[in-house]
Amino acid sequence: MALDVLIVDDSTAIRKILLRVLSQTDLTIGDVLEAGDGVEALRILEERKVGLILSDINMPNMDGLQLLTSVRARPDWNSIAVIMITTEGSQAKVMEAVQMGAQGYVRKPFTAEQIKEKISSCLGSPAN
Amino acid sequence: MESPLTRDEIADLIRANTEKVFTTMLDLPIHAGPVTVQTTGAGEDGGVVSLVGFAGEWSGSGTIRCSGGLACAISAKLLLTDFDHVNDDVLDAIGEVANMIIGNFKDDAAYKLGPLGLSTPTVIYGDNFQARNWNGQSWTTVPFSCEGELFEVKICLVPSHALRGSLRPTGVGG
Repeated sequence: MALDVLIVDDSTAIRKILLRVLSQTDLTIGDVLEAGDGVEALRILEERKVGLILSDINMPNMDGLQLLTSVRARPDWNSIAVIMITTEGSQAKVMEAVQMGAQGYVRKPFTAEQIKEKISSCLGSPAN
Repeated sequence: MESPLTRDEIADLIRANTEKVFTTMLDLPIHAGPVTVQTTGAGEDGGVVSLVGFAGEWSGSGTIRCSGGLACAISAKLLLTDFDHVNDDVLDAIGEVANMIIGNFKDDAAYKLGPLGLSTPTVIYGDNFQARNWNGQSWTTVPFSCEGELFEVKICLVPSHALRGSLRPTGVGG
């Protein structure tokens, strides 16, 4: 079954890079949806079911941690795997994201391999 | 108030984080030059400038600056797409490079300065403009050589209490 993915980042550059990385995995990727902030992401989630969210933290309007809180508060979204991909690298932020329900955390700058490995470990299937 | 971070320590963090971003995401060799202290901000010669603000117990800004040509080369490496002129994709890519360099600097600096907030990047492209900081505070500047061109990273940090009650506007003008 194809995995639909939502990429949430205010940088179109990062969204393009993640789109490319997803295309390089061995996963069967279905639709890849994009949002520029948490508000737009929630709007997409109301209409589309996805299996994985890759989200930045620092974004305008609604940041990635607020988005994570909203996703975990909805029983029908609670099974979505969420990986935070961000420049926020402090241990406190990592712990906060994990405690709020993020399955993974990747700090920018990243390599394609780091993203693939994190997706693989979060989904329990090889992404490489 | 004396900064818990010396100029040399700030320069070391700039060097380390700039090299990390260029090595990890751009695969572009970059060589640091001697650190300088400047009283003007980014943009004395124009080009592409991206500015990220700090807020917390310490306030200030970090900027990166390069020519339009180097901005296109950096963006091409980041996005694996060729660019022959500066467009929205290039500006967005340079904003993200600034976000990563200054954001990683912020995380490292926070160990000594306490928690710092980071603004989203502002990117400017043009000629003949200057930026100044509050009250003419100086910038720690590290020049890098990349693809035979200058790539400059500047940081200005001052205690927030020193700014209160003595704010004068930052000038950006052509």
